Amino acid sequence: MELALWIQFMIGIPLVGFLVSLLVPERKERLLSRVAFYTAGINLASVLIFLVFWAGVGFQSLNLKELVLFKTDHFEFLIDFFFDRVGAVYVVVGAVLTFLITFYSRYYLHRESGYKRFFNTVLFFYLGFNITVLAGNFETLFVGWEILGLSSFLLVAFYRENLLPTRNSIKVFSIYRIGDVGLILAMWASHHLWHENVTFLKLSNAELVSEHLVGHTGIGLFIALMLLLAAAAKSAQFPFSSWLPRAMEGPTPSSAIFYGSLSVHLGVFLLLRTFPFWENQLTVRILIALMGLTTAIVSTMIARVQTSVKTQIGYASLTQIGIMFIEVAAGLEVLALIHFMGNAFLRTYQLLVSPSVVAYLIREQFYGFEPKAKQVESSWMNRLRISFYVWSLKEWNLDRFINKMVFNPLKRLGHKLDFLSYRTVLFYFIPSYLLGFYLLVTGYKLPIFIHSVLPTVFAFIALMMVLKSFTERRSARLAWTMLMMNHFWMVLAIAENEKFSPLEMGMYLSGVVVFGLSGLVIISWMKSYLGQSGLFDYQGYVKRYPVLAFLFLLSVLGLMGFPISPTFIGEDLLFSHIHEDQYLLAFLAALAFVMEGIAAIRIFARLFLGFKRNKSELVRLAGSEFYLSRVTEKSPIK
Amino acid sequence: MKHHTKPGAFGMEDILHELRHFLPAQAPLKDFVHHNTLHAFQHLPFFQALKQANTQFGYQGFLSMDEYRHLYREGKIKGVIIKKVLEEHFGDAANEWLVKLMDESVQTFSEAKVGQFRSHWRDDYHFNLNKVTHPFLFRMISAYLDQGISIWSFPVEAKGFLAAIRLIQQQSFSSILRSKRAQDLLLREKLELTELLEILVGHSDSYGWYLFDQQFAHPGWSGMVSVLESQPESLLDAKPITLEDVIKFECLLEIDALDQKFGENWSPIGIRFPHSTQDLFGTSLFEESDLVLQCWQEAFEWSYYDEVLAGIAAVNPQVQTPGVPSFQALFCIDDRECSTRRHLEFIDPACATFGTPGFFNVEFYFQPEFGKFHTKSCPAPVTPKYLIKESANHKKLAKDIHFHQNSHSLVRGWLSAQTLGFWSALKLVGNVLRPSSSALEVSSFKHMDPKGTLTIEFQGLEENGLQVGFKVEEMADRVEGLLRSIGLLENFSSLVYLVGHGASSINNTHYAGYDCGACCGRPGSVNARVAAHMANHTEVRKVLADRGIVIPEGTQFLGGLHDTTKDEIVFFDEEVLSASNQTLHATHQQKFAKALDINSLERARRFDTLKKNKPLSGLHDAVKKRAFSLFEPRPEYNHATNALCIVSRKSTIKGLFFDRRAFLNSYDYRKDPQGKALAKILGAAAPVCGGINLEYYFSRMDPDRLGAGTKLPHNVMGLIGVANGADGDLRTGLPYQMVEIHDPIRLMLIVEQYPELVMEVLKANPATYEWVKNYWVHFVVIDPHTKALLRFKDEGFVPYTPESKIDHLDHLQDKLLSTKENLPVYLIDSL
Repeated sequence: MELALWIQFMIGIPLVGFLVSLLVPERKERLLSRVAFYTAGINLASVLIFLVFWAGVGFQSLNLKELVLFKTDHFEFLIDFFFDRVGAVYVVVGAVLTFLITFYSRYYLHRESGYKRFFNTVLFFYLGFNITVLAGNFETLFVGWEILGLSSFLLVAFYRENLLPTRNSIKVFSIYRIGDVGLILAMWASHHLWHENVTFLKLSNAELVSEHLVGHTGIGLFIALMLLLAAAAKSAQFPFSSWLPRAMEGPTPSSAIFYGSLSVHLGVFLLLRTFPFWENQLTVRILIALMGLTTAIVSTMIARVQTSVKTQIGYASLTQIGIMFIEVAAGLEVLALIHFMGNAFLRTYQLLVSPSVVAYLIREQFYGFEPKAKQVESSWMNRLRISFYVWSLKEWNLDRFINKMVFNPLKRLGHKLDFLSYRTVLFYFIPSYLLGFYLLVTGYKLPIFIHSVLPTVFAFIALMMVLKSFTERRSARLAWTMLMMNHFWMVLAIAENEKFSPLEMGMYLSGVVVFGLSGLVIISWMKSYLGQSGLFDYQGYVKRYPVLAFLFLLSVLGLMGFPISPTFIGEDLLFSHIHEDQYLLAFLAALAFVMEGIAAIRIFARLFLGFKRNKSELVRLAGSEFYLSRVTEKSPIK
Repeated sequence: MKHHTKPGAFGMEDILHELRHFLPAQAPLKDFVHHNTLHAFQHLPFFQALKQANTQFGYQGFLSMDEYRHLYREGKIKGVIIKKVLEEHFGDAANEWLVKLMDESVQTFSEAKVGQFRSHWRDDYHFNLNKVTHPFLFRMISAYLDQGISIWSFPVEAKGFLAAIRLIQQQSFSSILRSKRAQDLLLREKLELTELLEILVGHSDSYGWYLFDQQFAHPGWSGMVSVLESQPESLLDAKPITLEDVIKFECLLEIDALDQKFGENWSPIGIRFPHSTQDLFGTSLFEESDLVLQCWQEAFEWSYYDEVLAGIAAVNPQVQTPGVPSFQALFCIDDRECSTRRHLEFIDPACATFGTPGFFNVEFYFQPEFGKFHTKSCPAPVTPKYLIKESANHKKLAKDIHFHQNSHSLVRGWLSAQTLGFWSALKLVGNVLRPSSSALEVSSFKHMDPKGTLTIEFQGLEENGLQVGFKVEEMADRVEGLLRSIGLLENFSSLVYLVGHGASSINNTHYAGYDCGACCGRPGSVNARVAAHMANHTEVRKVLADRGIVIPEGTQFLGGLHDTTKDEIVFFDEEVLSASNQTLHATHQQKFAKALDINSLERARRFDTLKKNKPLSGLHDAVKKRAFSLFEPRPEYNHATNALCIVSRKSTIKGLFFDRRAFLNSYDYRKDPQGKALAKILGAAAPVCGGINLEYYFSRMDPDRLGAGTKLPHNVMGLIGVANGADGDLRTGLPYQMVEIHDPIRLMLIVEQYPELVMEVLKANPATYEWVKNYWVHFVVIDPHTKALLRFKDEGFVPYTPESKIDHLDHLQDKLLSTKENLPVYLIDSL
């Protein structure tokens, strides 16, 4: 048997485990936890056995061309897997920790409402993690990357009827999406650099890489920077650090495994994985090291002033990840891998025992308290000390910085379209869209100049649609419709740009239409039956309509191009039609894609999460049967 | 509480006073003591208080109608009791009300008053003020109060919170506030709260309502501040803070945020939306739906009480066993000892057990070897004048290197991660697969070193205004009080055990709530040992003999500690026993061991994840493991399901199975003809047992506001409290895992004594009487002469005839593992 085929197990086992866990009824706590436990356990065993065989072939890198999902004459969407030293370390650490956490949670989460949801999400995360670390090309990695983003959102918002977890889950998701811009643009540029879906195996061939980069240093630099952006967002590096402490909203074991250890180290993984590509770009290496250094210094200061145990561990972990960035930039792969393992285990353990800190430190204080010695220092030093304390306590305003630099400008743009309402939007944009479409179909001759800017103009309109949806509060229906229209304008933009075959268009739009309409149906139903139309407040309908919430989540995922919808491949396809010199167009398209995700998940969160609708709705396990108490409703807010 | 004698006149002092009164009064985690969550409403009758708390603050004091109906369908609320309750309330109209209870849907939701005023910021100014101010406010308070999580401690020292912030503002390059106006206000030395409210609210009649809205948007932090203001000694690392300072700072943050958003020109909220503070406290009318819920709740409660009273009525008058018991054992009144005592009495029917508050009537502060501080070891309201110091020869402290702050720094953290990281992987695997004792756990046995010596006798020393040790006379007073209150004045056995209790757990932030409530949330080991020493003292015995209590020379007292989580017991100072008592003690120890094995079996029935098909010893081992399993959020169920407090002789309730739901206080009416001992017992039982009961009641009824919610996402803040996530408010009350199996019913106090005497005692003690009069506890008297059961109602006693029939159970063990739900009251013949 070819050894590479074994990689399939490492994906297959979590996949099967995840699917099985979906089928187990909520009541069967023991079975659910067992499915999760065995999934992680069997996978761990399989990986360990595999390592023995792998040692037999001298740890040589393996590549497995798995499956071609879509193919045209110039485009191929390929699922590909790759196994090497880096992947091996990540797979093993992931399996060990998931195994321990599932065992732990089986008792820890006993009787918690959402027991099933928890194990579903953990397994989903585990699947995404394995796809990411075993991916053999960018496309496959992106699939895993998206799964990780979604499962993170779901776990942060585990206590979905509470406001803070919901709000913070959107924050985490938004930062992850920023990282996605990087990955999409890196994929786009590397298409043009390699003229194919380059595999990581090829990327690790130094000669080949340097051969390709000759004469393309600009695009090489661009790809490296975009990869860095993706890695920085995922690993909460400066200036994206502030999402990490806010992600600690779920049950302690999930915080431990995600934000203490696995998820947050994936930025390091991405850098390790693509190291051969930017190895010879000194600027990039210096930049990565600087970013790591800044993160390490800033977050160790923030860790020092934290007064809550979980956020302190979060920032302490970040400090080490910053150092890992430096190690990777310096080419010390082995050191970085050892550092990753140690840090992942250490932080998981520290988070899991974090409730013990009260008894432990109080005891230590009780027996070893020394009143603080008065510090004698110059007034200038004192001033500096106080200032650093306050800046650190304010987390160096990183949160505000991201909002100011990224989200506020986008919001301002979105507000420019405030004059629109659900009806007028049809009035403005349907005719103009039809006009654009007519021009396209009839091939009406426009002056070259106008024709050349048309794609950018259309893409900008598409982006505006998304931004409008992002800021829209009055009507959920309008927000949703704008999201759908974004895709149509984007298709138009690309079709103006280059020949976009009907098959490709269909690929792209089929997902949009199906999921868009299903979402629209749900929103309209809520409007007519619940009188629910605005998005001003979190509405928290999930408890009352769990199935509806799930269906709407699927619509959201489909519409945003999650890998359940053909739109996912369509996106990739669409980017392949943007020329390598059209940075602006690529940027607009990527931004629209990213903001689409954020806006859609916001609509979902506002409609279904973040508010406890029923006054004392308790799920109690009485014997083996459940009972839910349905209580009087709070009247919907005007 | 004195309620506003001058209506309309709310000075700033009054408002602050009211705020402190209504805010949660929960101390820092290490000093956690149970109390009535709605203590602020205790001057009202119970159901009126629930109504008032609901309209004012939105607190839920009832189950939902559907839950009650479900309990009825399950048989936990009995039809015959519903009928009885309704007939009592409505006479002939009972049937109409029955329909309302069973079928009518009732809309009960009304929006709480608190919060309505300030919500105008959001609804009409379109500004989410809380979102802007709360995270930073919480961070600042937490940083100021932090007891040792942060590595850089708060950078300035000042006389108070606001002064400290002012100092920071003056002495740093960074600014706490951003707008000019707010900065200027902060720097004013004599800043009055009214000035700030003038800017924010503008309408002086609305100040009170505004501040209630503001503070009740984060009751956890405000409550903590208010508690620390009144008992600053709760923080080992002292931090002076007042509620007023915190309010001023919050107002400054609000002005700052509003100025940032709107410039300095915005109209105060009270001008646009005046709210009169008086209206906030207006009496809420009791509506029909409230009455329906009240009837359901009463029926729920009496469905159990009725069984209990039927059980007591069914106990056969016992033939007095003449002579001396094989041994006597005094336990805490704690509901967890209820079953221990029962098992012990079945294993050795010749023994006698007693229940008394677990501090054994000795009150002092305790300072262990190496301890830099002393902790109170008696009920919370008592302020002792004595100090007991330990001197021992043991190692300092077990450590866990993972908590060392090195791992949080940059360079040392780098080393830690590479080395410690792999070690922690092994530890984690170890603890997850094979839980064992570690430095992380809180163990009741480690509270005191059994080999150390205690300074029990006064040697002429004083420390910090406390007398070190007791004088002979003082010892005799305490021993006498102890023996008189339980009526143990003659027939002393050769061995009298004093058994305190404590608990063990790991990964448990609320550990203090698991120990002995009568010892202020500490294990009762020191008290048991001290009291035994006093009672063995020859000089003390002489004094006691003069006072009419003759303890035979051969009788020896022995202190011990029962760990209620692990069901283990240790005894202290066994070497003082005489040779003959040594032998006796050896045989008694086996009985204790057997009783605890069976006790763990009885407890095991509640633990869902524990496999029951094991031999007894295996089951006991599995129960023990819960005390040090990191992943076990329920090491034990603590006081959950508590419902009764019985003050009587043991013979009155002999053989009754109360399913660990009763606080048992021994009391012999014959030996207390004046009711002096009763007054003391009730003075402690009502607030202590009643407080525990109501804390469980409200945490179970409203886990979101009055309880701490699920403990799984809890994040420790500054070592003083827990919050959800990074930016949340502190959570007060009990975590849901502690109360999930608790049936929320009030405590029923049952006293065996002549009703006239009881009434006299009650009326002579207004603080105790308030609990009874306003029905925060139910009260029943057993007339020792007629055996009649009399229920307290409308300031008098009325006879009560139970409806239930009590089953006889031959062997308790047959029944124990059959269900994890509450079991009915049984009369049992043997284990």
